[in-house]
Amino acid sequence: MDKLLAWVDARLPLTATYKAHLSEYFAPKNFNFWYYFGSLALLVLVIQILSGIFLTMHYKPDAELAFSSVEYIMRDVPWGWLIRYIHSTGASAFFLVVYLHMYRGLIYGSYRGPRELIWIFGVLIYLVLMGEAFFGYLLPWGQMSYWGAQVIVNLFSSVPFIGEDLSVWIRGDFVVSDATLNRFFAFHVIAFPLVLLGLVAVHLVALHEVGSNNPDGVEIKKNKDPVTHIPVDGIPFHPYYTVKDILGVVVFLIVFSAIVFFAPEMGGYFLEANNFIPADPLKTPPHIAPVWYFTPYYAVLRAIPPMFGSQFPGVAAMGVAVLIFFVLPWLDKSPVKSIRYRGPKFKIALALFIVAFIGLGWLGIQPVTPLYTWMARILTAVYFGFFFLMPWYTKNDTHKPEPQRVTDK
Amino acid sequence: MSDMNVDKSKRRFLVVATSAVGGVAAAGTVIPFVASMLPSARALAAGAPVEVDLSKVEPGMQLTVEWRGKPVWIVNRTKEMLDLLGKHDDRLVDPASDSTSQQPEYCKNPTRSIKPQYLIAVGICTHLGCSPTYRKEIGAADLGADWPGGFFCPCHGSRFDLAARVFNGSPAPTNLVIPPHKYLSETKVLIGEDAKA
Repeated sequence: MDKLLAWVDARLPLTATYKAHLSEYFAPKNFNFWYYFGSLALLVLVIQILSGIFLTMHYKPDAELAFSSVEYIMRDVPWGWLIRYIHSTGASAFFLVVYLHMYRGLIYGSYRGPRELIWIFGVLIYLVLMGEAFFGYLLPWGQMSYWGAQVIVNLFSSVPFIGEDLSVWIRGDFVVSDATLNRFFAFHVIAFPLVLLGLVAVHLVALHEVGSNNPDGVEIKKNKDPVTHIPVDGIPFHPYYTVKDILGVVVFLIVFSAIVFFAPEMGGYFLEANNFIPADPLKTPPHIAPVWYFTPYYAVLRAIPPMFGSQFPGVAAMGVAVLIFFVLPWLDKSPVKSIRYRGPKFKIALALFIVAFIGLGWLGIQPVTPLYTWMARILTAVYFGFFFLMPWYTKNDTHKPEPQRVTDK
Repeated sequence: MSDMNVDKSKRRFLVVATSAVGGVAAAGTVIPFVASMLPSARALAAGAPVEVDLSKVEPGMQLTVEWRGKPVWIVNRTKEMLDLLGKHDDRLVDPASDSTSQQPEYCKNPTRSIKPQYLIAVGICTHLGCSPTYRKEIGAADLGADWPGGFFCPCHGSRFDLAARVFNGSPAPTNLVIPPHKYLSETKVLIGEDAKA
């Protein structure tokens, strides 16, 4: 066995890679609950790819056949209902896990130097994931699929000058049609997953280059053992964190299975009722709303009134609401990273941001009323205030001194 | 030739020239792929005009037909409906249909139609492309006591009157589009072709 391994190692850096990324990759010893969600995101990615491959074996990307092929999967394909529910629940689980993973980054300052690139690749992953979810949502060709795609593609038509041509180019037709379904299928099953895998690989390579942040926000690499050159506050990823992550995986899978088996539609939030009606290009359902993970941005879109005879300002605000995450590392001027050592101003700002994000998410599901529109406007202002005012409130905040080493709490 | 005599400017020239030619070739190769995503010949051909028999539409009722994959409404407006049209101009964004892109020249009139009785409009909201719902009941409970009848978009709450003109405060920026159309006889209309053609 040793001989075989030596033979492989002479031809492929197998042992070296294993050591560099697992057995001798030293992660801070004080990871807590919030550090489960990175590995869980990887798990959900694998679940989605595997379940997706098997759905592709039965699904037909054709406007005439798509809706009934999904029903065929649900009724006639052995265990097809399970595979589809795993995939549809996986989509929501992916966003839930990624939102919690991003929240971890926010509270412990994981986006700060030297991890700006990890953060940027993470935001890119988030963007690709949104695209992937959007393309995938058209495929069942139900009413919500159809009109959701119609609205989102029309967002591009509000871009000044080139908008109309751009949206025709995206659809491949003047309305969402068979051509649109066919290309969204191509994007969903091959183009975006490939990009996603590439970005995840770069995200991890960059992470393993600089090393993980931790709940104290201090750099463990500044304090290395003089003899072994191992960070004194670091422990090998394997076995310590692989075992910890397995606990997270077990708990996650219990919850995930409970949803797949007992509440796959999640009261209309994971699979919307209108999507059980085949797409009808002549009739918009009386109440349309995106799936829950897009609703905060949808609420921002609806909150901004048209200006100068164009709805572009709302579309632009929605775009900025997503893209603003890219510049977060340069907006934060605080001398400390972790919320544990930050002052009250940042804590209040973060709390307001969470209220705004969840509040907008709730409003995005509600029908339009004047009261809700005003609430959405206020929360949109709070959402952007968190980012645009960050250079001031982080610079003028009080803060506690960071410890030299990670703490045990 | 020793290393000391390497002519770096020639190397740089070759690198730049190769990159430039390669870049042009790559850009040229992208064109067919990008263009392949434009509407196909079949999609372009599907835009043929549609003939509709208006005698099927009862007074006050709406008929939806498909033209270029889009819903086109035909509403048979009653006398009462037409009388109400002029009474809320102050609440409209563009009461006189001044935005020329939203209707053919021959429909730039108070009823936005050739024959006042029949409204023919593309049922796609100018906001983000949903299809508004026909709400003819005057003063509908959910739309307010001053609702004169019209169309309400369920997606984002845009409101239009029975001439498909948008009300102030709607997310939609402009009136609904009136498609080109012409009357073939008293009760037959061809949607998708101008009268002069």
